[in-house]
Amino acid sequence: MKSLIHATLAIVVTCGVLWFAASKLEASGAAGGEGVLTVYNWGEYIDPALIDQFEEETGITVIYETFDSNEAMLTKIKQGGSAYDIAVPSEYAIETMIEEDLLIEIDHSKIPNLKNIDPYFLDLPFDPKNRYSIPYFWGTVGIVYNPNDIPEHITFDSWDDLWDPALKNKVFLVDGAREVIGMGLNSLGYSLNSRDDNELREAVEKLKGLNGNVKAIIGDEITPLMINNEATVSLTFSGQAADMMWENEELDFAVPSEGSNLWFDNMVIPKTAQNVEGAHLFINFMLDAEVAAQNTDYVGYSIPNKAAWELLDEEVINDERFYPPEEMRGNLEVYENLGLELLGTYNEYFLEFKMSLN
Amino acid sequence: MRSNLTTTAKVYLAIVFVILYAPIFYLIFYSFNSGGTMSSFESFTLEHYKAVFNDNRLLVILINTTIVALLSALIATMIGTLGAIGIVSMSNKKMRRTLLSLNNILIVSPDVVIGASFLILFTMVGIQLGFTSVLISHIAFSIPIVVLMVLPKLFEMNTNLIDAALDLGANRRDVLTRVILPYIKPGIFAGFFMALTYSLDDFAVTFFVTGNGFSTLSVEIYSMARAGISLTVNAISGLVFVVTVGIVVMYYLITKRTRKSGEV
Amino acid sequence: MKFKPKATFSPYLLWIVLFVIAPIGLIFYYSLLDLNGDFTLANYRNFFTPAYLTMTLTSFWYAFLITFFTLLIAYPTAYFLTKTKHKHLWLMLVIIPSWINLLLKTYAFIGIFGLYGPVNAMIEVFGFDPTQILFTDFSFVFVAVYIFIPFMIIPIFNALDKMNPSLIYAARDLGASAFTTFRRVIFPLTIEGVKSGIQVTFIPALSLFMITRLIAGNKVITLGTAIEQQFLVAQNWGMGSTIAVFLILIMFASMRLTRKKKRGGRA
Repeated sequence: MKSLIHATLAIVVTCGVLWFAASKLEASGAAGGEGVLTVYNWGEYIDPALIDQFEEETGITVIYETFDSNEAMLTKIKQGGSAYDIAVPSEYAIETMIEEDLLIEIDHSKIPNLKNIDPYFLDLPFDPKNRYSIPYFWGTVGIVYNPNDIPEHITFDSWDDLWDPALKNKVFLVDGAREVIGMGLNSLGYSLNSRDDNELREAVEKLKGLNGNVKAIIGDEITPLMINNEATVSLTFSGQAADMMWENEELDFAVPSEGSNLWFDNMVIPKTAQNVEGAHLFINFMLDAEVAAQNTDYVGYSIPNKAAWELLDEEVINDERFYPPEEMRGNLEVYENLGLELLGTYNEYFLEFKMSLN
Repeated sequence: MRSNLTTTAKVYLAIVFVILYAPIFYLIFYSFNSGGTMSSFESFTLEHYKAVFNDNRLLVILINTTIVALLSALIATMIGTLGAIGIVSMSNKKMRRTLLSLNNILIVSPDVVIGASFLILFTMVGIQLGFTSVLISHIAFSIPIVVLMVLPKLFEMNTNLIDAALDLGANRRDVLTRVILPYIKPGIFAGFFMALTYSLDDFAVTFFVTGNGFSTLSVEIYSMARAGISLTVNAISGLVFVVTVGIVVMYYLITKRTRKSGEV
Repeated sequence: MKFKPKATFSPYLLWIVLFVIAPIGLIFYYSLLDLNGDFTLANYRNFFTPAYLTMTLTSFWYAFLITFFTLLIAYPTAYFLTKTKHKHLWLMLVIIPSWINLLLKTYAFIGIFGLYGPVNAMIEVFGFDPTQILFTDFSFVFVAVYIFIPFMIIPIFNALDKMNPSLIYAARDLGASAFTTFRRVIFPLTIEGVKSGIQVTFIPALSLFMITRLIAGNKVITLGTAIEQQFLVAQNWGMGSTIAVFLILIMFASMRLTRKKKRGGRA
């Protein structure tokens, strides 16, 4: 019995000491004063130096938390019990959040830097007049590949190149129903927002033909694999591709001509926010030309900030693979919010496709 | 007991241990890599270890993870041990069986289901997501494994011991602290260590129920995966590994000595 | 037993109500809801379509493979461990690796199995071409077995440890061969340990996720993966709950199958 009591005491004391140490550490890191701001963002989606800069400029302490999918983020915010001041969902999730009344209207008078944003990225159908959201990053979906490891005739000008027998066991796909099914739809010339079950069926049947070529369907883990030349061809987001190409210069990126997805990640203020004032300060801060330029340098994704473009390398900004000019954006489509039912159908078809792979 | 292993047995054990420790040593090996990735070793460096001690946020997360693991294991062990004693002393066999089945449900339920249902539960009750919700969840999913670890010891125990103590005029409290607990002590420690394991290993449940900036190591690692794991995390696992092995060996030596000196 | 602890038992009962019965109730309730929150049996109907039935079957097959290989490796390990000098220290050393976060070990395996990893380096030494071991059935089963080995070893170790060694000597004295001794004496006496080992391996193997993506590249879909997808991606909590209900049913069935035989004299 004695040893049990001793062990219990030892654990309690250890926890106490650790607790004390943690609070010391937290206190030494915080600026204190103007309260806290909780930011809920994708992993590795901001330059941490900018958070420090923001804390210094405003005296607000930033708590930074990450999510790995729009759906995970939605679940957390919908359930309440958490007080995020800023979140960065993608366009279709923003549409849902507006519909479900989860967002606070943004006071544009507090965001003078909004003038820095290229008008193309404002007033989009998912959020008319940007009442609830302010652009953060944007991009496309395409194929990143290593030209040295595949036959020369494959340039991914067409999605059909993915079906080429020369790519046996070489293709990686992202683990997202809308991306993969959308790719199948695009390759057939259909809209990636198709609501027609026959088109979806046809797309899945075509995708099943990829069987021998698909090596794996994974998530962000693809980045190190592409960088280390362990993977050859991968369906991916443009920003992620830019990130990979930064590390591995052999790689190239293409958006097939049949069309693809155009996406936007915007900053929003959830209803549960505790520091609405600070949230506006943060949004305005991120739209500052220099801040935005530094952020895109770090993250690698395309930025909608035209004032920042002037500060960036010409080479970066004129790279049509990542900053497609407006006339090239014609056959790119933005995801529409299909509603849960149809989204369910997409997922069922995606599951069917995955199961056909083994 | 004398060691009487054949060479084959020794080789077999050696292979099993090599495989068990391979990924850990792989992580630790690259924690000394100046190259920055887990693929090609360039030259020896300690910079990643320095980075751990310079990153307050990471240290806080590391400490949080340890606190949650220790506290949840401790509380789960208390509740679970008393629960196991309660189950064994039940006279209604059917009730006992039902309780045992209910007990096992959480062990075998998928983490996602546990996480999702706990999330619903917490929001219904109105508990803020963060340290409290994570701690409660870890206690909740650790209790059944403690019960499972303690039960065999209780079954093995001779009832006459308790009856004798009661006949000799011992009260319930005495029976519990003087007879039962000392006897099942090995089971209690096993339960505690298993609870610790479950807590340190958990990702999915924590991922669901955490919020407001509270994070544990596994959640942090998962969110870091986007840009490829930074070697700082390798350095952390190196540190964690060395510390745990140290504690275990120390614990072993201490208990061995006390056992030798005859005190239980 | 005359011993009746009332007050000390209540936290445990409270736990059962709050964290076992309530969540199961919630899951069952959600399984009867469609996307709009109306009552329906459609989820159950959906589960009995070929897609989900095939998935259940393949999931079972992999869980079976994983459990089988785990047992195959864990049993001799546990047996040899009980014969070592510092057996409890060695057992601890088996448990320690499971304290290093599973995700981290998984990422380590991605490196180890990678095209330029140590395993392929070894393959090359033996004169073979390096192959991508990741994202294959082999890598999936290997890593899964790796995860479950400690959980299988512990109960078997405990069962072996409790066994009276004189029984083995007696059997050997009576002329039984090593194999017969094992088959007739050791194994039957440790069957309870094996059963609880299987219990803590098989069902979790059915519900593995994360490594189905990281190691198997989503080419293996388990019931756990499907539940995760329904909850987190499709946001169809109804369907996710329905699969979970079946998992719970399977679990009850397996617990019934592996239930301990009646023990005399204990009530």
